Order: sequence, then structure tokens, then C-alpha cells
Amino acid sequence: MIGALLISCSSAPLGVFLVLRRMSLLGDIMAHAILPGVAAAFIVFGMSIPAMSIGGLAAGLTVALLAGVVSRFTALREDASFAALYLIAVASGVLMIALHGNPQDLEDILFGDARLLDEKILFYMATISAFTLLTLALIYRTLVVESFDPVFLRTVKGKGGLAHAIFISLTVLNMVESYRAMGTLMSAGLMLVPAITSQFWTQHLRTMVALAVGLAVSGSFLGLILSFTLAVPSGPSIILILGGFYLFSLLLGRFGSVRARYFPFRHLSR
Amino acid sequence: MTIKLDNITAGYDRHPVVHHLSGLFADNSLTAVVGPNGGGKSTLLKTIVGFVPLMTGTIDLCGINPGEIAYLPQQFEIDRTFPITVIEVVLLGNWQRTGAFGRMSKSHRSEALDALEEVDMAPFALWPVASLSTGQWQRVLFARIIVQRARLVLLDEPFAAIDGHTTLALMQRLEHWCRSGITIICIMHDLNLVRSHFPQTLLLSRELVAWSNTAEVLSSENLDTALAVAESWHEASGICSIKGESR
Repeated sequence: MIGALLISCSSAPLGVFLVLRRMSLLGDIMAHAILPGVAAAFIVFGMSIPAMSIGGLAAGLTVALLAGVVSRFTALREDASFAALYLIAVASGVLMIALHGNPQDLEDILFGDARLLDEKILFYMATISAFTLLTLALIYRTLVVESFDPVFLRTVKGKGGLAHAIFISLTVLNMVESYRAMGTLMSAGLMLVPAITSQFWTQHLRTMVALAVGLAVSGSFLGLILSFTLAVPSGPSIILILGGFYLFSLLLGRFGSVRARYFPFRHLSR
Repeated sequence: MTIKLDNITAGYDRHPVVHHLSGLFADNSLTAVVGPNGGGKSTLLKTIVGFVPLMTGTIDLCGINPGEIAYLPQQFEIDRTFPITVIEVVLLGNWQRTGAFGRMSKSHRSEALDALEEVDMAPFALWPVASLSTGQWQRVLFARIIVQRARLVLLDEPFAAIDGHTTLALMQRLEHWCRSGITIICIMHDLNLVRSHFPQTLLLSRELVAWSNTAEVLSSENLDTALAVAESWHEASGICSIKGESR
């Protein structure tokens, strides 16, 4: 429970930037691409969060790099090569676990089980969440400018590329971290769904980040309760609760929702 | 501040767009760069700001630090759907002093508000940039240039899709900056505006056609030459023989 809430705090702000940089799908792809790294670490070291983090980070960065290389040297576009590589990565990851572990392990890694978290893992999670928030605060200004006016950042010699690389690494790190609670297939959801939902309610970045964190935290809380009562996997429960928030906002949100577009407030009234 | 160009050639991926250009932007000058599309105007600005590497020649900025150059690209290069407010954009002009981590102080904030006042945008300080019109947005970018305290200002078609009233107001800002010691180079398409407001003009069509007083440069012969060079270019591409030089 505490673990999921911890991840919510650090994942949601990253998600907001992923969405604003039009990289939501890339985030989803990365979540899948890290599976073989996590699986390899799991086989060699067992359920060790640091080993799985490093493995996942390595796999994620390898896929990102390979996709870049493939699209550069062949006729494939980058999105196509990302799709191909991540599917291969997921397939090999699943096979690796299936061959070496038991079905329960596979289910845990794919769908997550927040009930398995122990104190030691919680400590790692807290460390990673704190580290993420701190680093994000440090690169915040550069990342904002890099997202909205990269040319200006170049004229003032800002380190846009570095900020981008750090941001991607943080994203991968948090996805690996949320594996234990959410599972591979759902770890991008905790990051992205609250961030997308918050777009419907505000046009200010700080409010957006705060709202995304709030949504992620309450979604995790309600989702876990649902998962305990019905004895279903925690990842999908959390995402479905978040999906409910999303649907509600999609229909009734303040900005750009169905309501705002087709049933606008009357002119001159608020 | 004087900017000296000496025989510069620049372009992308081995295809030069600007050819063997030499000349001088005088101290506190207000120069319009005109010429056909694809004539190398934007490339020239990007070369001066350092985004495009030189293939030949040198640019002497005569003591201006790279941080003292303000460069405004064409409007579509900025993502205006990003959730950021007007005042925050203007505050970014302080980057040279605050960097990525420095604190934005009260004085930075009041300076930014003054800059917005100067372009008649102060009431919009807390608005998200997504809700501004094109003209209002351009005013905000001008306010950011004021905060940057640049000594050289490079503008790429700043008045494209801007109405006459706003153009005139911003044009007055440019003339005011010029008097206060800033050198301005501005890519333009509206020749009437160039004739009425820009003392100097550089006519560029891959190679230099003319560069001097606006009235002299914008003669019909010169404009014809510029057009002819641009239209015949694909046949002549690959050959580069100006003033007896060869590649």
C-alpha cells in the first residue's frame, strides 16, 4: 500500500512531462521494453529490486538506442522500429521467465502484487521516489524550456539534451520501481493515465503536476482496496480506477472535454 | 555592435545555401534581410547565432558574447500548447543571469512586468500562453528579448501573420532598441514596411545581390536579379564560381 502511494508521487509528475512532450506512447513502449532486463536480473538475482532496476534500465536504454540506430541506417521509421523492438523485448522477457520461474512469478511480474512488498523493498522505493523528485526539481526549468521552446534553450546554451537524457532515465527507473506493485504491463498506466486526466482540468503546469499526483495517489489507494476485497491483481485494479477518473474528466473536464466542447458555459458567465 | 562577415558559406549536409557572403552590419544598425524563399535568409541568421556551422569564412562578432544574442525563429517552432504563463516566458529572458537553477527574485519579476508594460501586455501576465492571439504572443516574445538585454537581436519574419496595428507598435520597439545601442537584423517580406522603416537592407538570393541603403538595394533591377538567381538555381547547383573562386 505505502509502496504504491510512494510510486504515485514520483511517477505522476514524470507522466505529465511525457504527455506534454507528446511522448506518451514512447513511455508505454519503454515500459514493455524493460521486461527482458528485469527478467534476466530476476533469474540471476531473484526478487532483488536494485538488480531488477539496473537490468531494466539497461534493457530500456538498449532498446531506445537500437531503435535510433535501426531507423538511422535502414528505411524504417523510428516509431516502427520502436514497435518491432519492444514486441521482441516483451516476447523474450516472457519466455525467459516462463522457462526459469514458475507461473506465479510470471503473473507477479506481468500484473504485479502489491501484497508482496516487504520493508526492505519499501525502503528502496522511498529512496528512488525521493531521488526522482529531487532530480526532477533540479532539471525542472531546463526541461520546461526544452519542451516548449527548444530553440530558445539553444540560444542561451541550456543543456536540453542532458535534461532529456536524465528525464528518460528517471522514467525508466520509476517504471522498474513500480513493477512490484503494478506489473510490467500496467506500470506505464500509473504514470500516464493521471497525467492525461489532469490535462482536462488545468492549463497551469504546477496545478497539473499536483493534480496528477493527487489522482495517482487516490487511484492507487482505491485500487488496492478493490484488489484486497475482490482478491484480484493490484495493477489492473489501480489502472481501472484511474481509468474511471479519466472517463469522468473526458466527459466533464474544464478544458477540451466533451462537456466543454459541446456544452460550453454560456458567454459572459463562468 | 558591429558584425563582420568575411566570405561566409553555410548550409546543410554539404549543400551550401549562403555563398561567399562578405559585409558588415554597422553599430546600432537596423537591417532588413530580404530575398526569395530558399534564398538563405534564415540560414544566415542561424549561422550568426551558431546553429549552422560555417563551411568557409569567419564571422567576427566584435566582442558580443554568444549570450548577448537574442534570436527569434519563425513562430511555428514554439509549442504554444504547453501550460506556461506569459510572465514565466518573459522571466526566462533572465537565463543568462539565473541559469537553470538560479532563483528568480522580486526584481527579476518587476523587470519582466516592466517589459510586458512596454509592449502593452502587462494585463495578460498570468494568462496561459495558449490563450493568446498570434499578435499578443509576438509581443510577449519581444518582452522576453527586452529582459534578455541582448546587444544583437536576430528576428526571422517577426511580422508574418501579424496585423498592421501590432506591426507598427512592434516596429516602434525595434527603432527604440536601435537608438539605445542594439544592432538588429530582421528577415522581412513586406517591402513597403522595409522601405518605410529600415535604413539598411541586405538582398540575398543564395549569393549577395545588394547590401546598402534600402532605397538603393530595392531597385527593380536588383529585385529582378534576385528572382532570376533563385529561379535558375537548380540548373546551376553544384557550381559555385563567384569572384573567380571555386569550391
